[in-house]
Amino acid sequence: MMSKLIEQKEGVQYLLMGNEAIARGALEAGVSVACGYPGTPSSEIIETLSKVAKEGNLYVEWSANEKVAMEVAAAASFAGLRSLCTMKQNGVHVTSDFLLHLAASGTRGGMILVSCEDPGALSSVNEVESRYFAPMIEIPLLEPADFQEAKDMTRWAFELSEEIRNIVMVRSVTRLSHGSGNVSFGKLPDTKRQAEFKSDGPILDPDEGLVFSAPVVYKHQLQQEKIKRAREIFELSPFNTYQGPEKPELLLITCSICYLYCREAISLLGVKERVGVLKFGTTWPLPPELLKRHLSLTDNILIVEEVRPFLEEHVKILAAEMAPEIGIKTFYGKETGHFPSVGELNPDLVVSALSKILGVSSYIGMPPDYEKKAEMLTSTRTPRRDLIFCPGCPHRASLWSIHNALQMDGRRGFVCGDIGCYSMAILSPSCGFGTMKTLHSMGSGTGIASGFGKFGQFGMEQPVLTVCGDSTFYHAVIPALINAVHHAANMTLIVLDNGGTAMTGFQSHPGLTVNAMGEEVPAVDIAKICESLGVRVEIRDPFDLEETRKVINRFLEEEDGVRVLILRQICGLSPEKKAGKRYEMRVDEELCLGENCGCNRLCTRIFRCPGINWDKEKKKARIDEVICAGCGVCSFICPAEAIKREEAA
Amino acid sequence: MKKKQLSKDPYNIVITGVGGQGNVMASRLLANMLVRKGCQVTIGETFGASQRGGSVMSHLRVSAESVWSPQIPKGRADIVAALEPVEALRVLMRYGNPGVKVLTNTRPIYPVGVIAGELDYPSPEEIRATVKELSAYAWFIAATDEAIKLGNPILGNIVMIGAIAGMGELPIAREDFREVIVSSMPAEKLDVNLKAFDIGVEKVKQ
Ligand code: SF4
Ligand code: SF4
Repeated sequence: MMSKLIEQKEGVQYLLMGNEAIARGALEAGVSVACGYPGTPSSEIIETLSKVAKEGNLYVEWSANEKVAMEVAAAASFAGLRSLCTMKQNGVHVTSDFLLHLAASGTRGGMILVSCEDPGALSSVNEVESRYFAPMIEIPLLEPADFQEAKDMTRWAFELSEEIRNIVMVRSVTRLSHGSGNVSFGKLPDTKRQAEFKSDGPILDPDEGLVFSAPVVYKHQLQQEKIKRAREIFELSPFNTYQGPEKPELLLITCSICYLYCREAISLLGVKERVGVLKFGTTWPLPPELLKRHLSLTDNILIVEEVRPFLEEHVKILAAEMAPEIGIKTFYGKETGHFPSVGELNPDLVVSALSKILGVSSYIGMPPDYEKKAEMLTSTRTPRRDLIFCPGCPHRASLWSIHNALQMDGRRGFVCGDIGCYSMAILSPSCGFGTMKTLHSMGSGTGIASGFGKFGQFGMEQPVLTVCGDSTFYHAVIPALINAVHHAANMTLIVLDNGGTAMTGFQSHPGLTVNAMGEEVPAVDIAKICESLGVRVEIRDPFDLEETRKVINRFLEEEDGVRVLILRQICGLSPEKKAGKRYEMRVDEELCLGENCGCNRLCTRIFRCPGINWDKEKKKARIDEVICAGCGVCSFICPAEAIKREEAA
Repeated sequence: MKKKQLSKDPYNIVITGVGGQGNVMASRLLANMLVRKGCQVTIGETFGASQRGGSVMSHLRVSAESVWSPQIPKGRADIVAALEPVEALRVLMRYGNPGVKVLTNTRPIYPVGVIAGELDYPSPEEIRATVKELSAYAWFIAATDEAIKLGNPILGNIVMIGAIAGMGELPIAREDFREVIVSSMPAEKLDVNLKAFDIGVEKVKQ
């Protein structure tokens, strides 16, 4: 299925996910190097490219973090190659330090940054935007509106980058990245470029001089000229389109997937004759002449975008400047409350904003009597589905032991958390036993714990724990751990090592012996890194509940400095695990005491692995063989020893 | 010509289920079959945290010539295919209408709150009655059980795809399924997949 990505057949239509379309666009542009750090919804771009790395002669890497990914991709550009760097919205913040220097030094081979954002935080712990980095760092920003554009614009972004000799940012959103649609293919280039880094020409020569942001004011000036050039190009860009009547009553200005919501809303309301849509593919810097022409069409403008009013702000600034020529306009959008200022949009929200402004009230989404009936019939019959750890997940076992150890310790110890599947430990009671009390960015659990670990002098007596995953360890925990060690913070770091970047689909990281392209590479050992910092390290199997709990309790009692416990057990979803069950499980109905046992159904009420169900009629626990992953852990938690495990054949 | 093949444009399908059930795979298979037939298809789906036990939903918009939004507007589903029974109700609550056709796999996956005894899961009878009340046509298929008989519960999705094809609402047939499967799966899995597909077609006709 994946090899269709390097299909030569021009003009043929394929069903592609937005991220696959971005990958195909990069291939059509002749990209040589692709780097990124996994993060939903961005991960499939690198994943797709990694699968065609051999055939396409690409170098593809999952880097240790986003900043490093950007640095590797920049090296490619400096060597004259075309390169791509991908990440989710948070990643742009991680990489921003390097990015601001890169934007000043400029690039050589076409280089693009693809930032995939998550309006509505469908799978993130924030819905922050990275679009504001474009004006802040002064680089151009493109936003594809559908699947075909995701491909075409990506391809074109490389050309733009070479034209202005600077990095270009392409922004996608979850609904585009993870949506799919028809994409018709263009040509793949026949040849690839050779890499050569030239650095001994005249110092300021953009092709052969130093790659460097000084002389700063001169380079800054140059950077702004590049932006000016981009703006000129954008005036004529075919990615900026207008559809609608010559003199619309209302002009919608939109970008990204919101364009499709606008089209849908107009069609639902049947107001094609009254409303025009100006869709920007180039959202920063906005081309003023183009904007002026369209603002002149009407006096009423509705701006449709997610999440922050980015377009809205920039359009208004330009409109203010143009006011003497185009007159005073009325703007509707987030600032006027026609759209919510948080969360993602959808066609219905655009319908309601449009109806309000146009005074249309004929549209009915769902017949009211049906709606009433549906509400009445379903409200009590659709039990909530909380997020949970998968059956067989090692984190459930680890957090069970951590939770029990903290309870046993009794000094109100707590866990500072980090980003990964185990972030769900912040949920209570559905998941992770509510052990996690702080959750911010990658690596912050350890940084925060390193702070808490110093507050003994202010009377803090609670033991401090922090957890991180293996991928996160390499990403951002190492500097925080060094800080904790150097300052002798009193804390325990537990590395939940499940052998991959599980949250985002099991991408490789520096701890593994295989890279993104499936080649064998040296693994960097977490335990050895910690030992080299002078930290005491122990390694356990989290499925051995009792032993794990004991080690944690021992660590909690220690008073000085940092200790590290590595809990190593492979992710329940890893291909290796999925292949077969280790144990066949069953509940001995004779032994199961259910509500009558002292624990009051410890297995289903507290431990909550979805593989164990509560049989209401029999009042006994029962294993659901379709769901149970056969890890065997629940056999240790049942005080009546009713859950039996047998080595699977 | 293509227009005749769809009774509505866009034709809206919701495939719903629980994280880990293979919802994404099912929606892409179906969409690929439709693209083969010259349709423009947009799939809207999200994954990530939703894989971990949460409700998962894919929106398919099928059209003769246009790209539609990856989110179906409220009340506008034409077919709802639920890999899990309660998820059918959840989808009807937002996307249902008196004309919707609903296909429900009867095997429940209990939310963790139900397992813990904090929430109630409706009885099979209640689910049936509610789905019927809120739809024009309703089919209930023991897709997972059929799949277990074939040796792998995940084939339940293929049974469901067969059932969708069997409804006769979309311009797709067994041959399209075959073509798509051949290009996306190892050859030895072909037979059992076709078998699962046929079971689906048959069940919806009964
Ligand atoms: S994906 Fe792996 S690590 Fe994440 S919850 Fe599932 S089993 Fe646990
Ligand atoms: S063995 Fe027990 S804990 Fe492990 S997956 Fe099965 S039911 Fe869950």
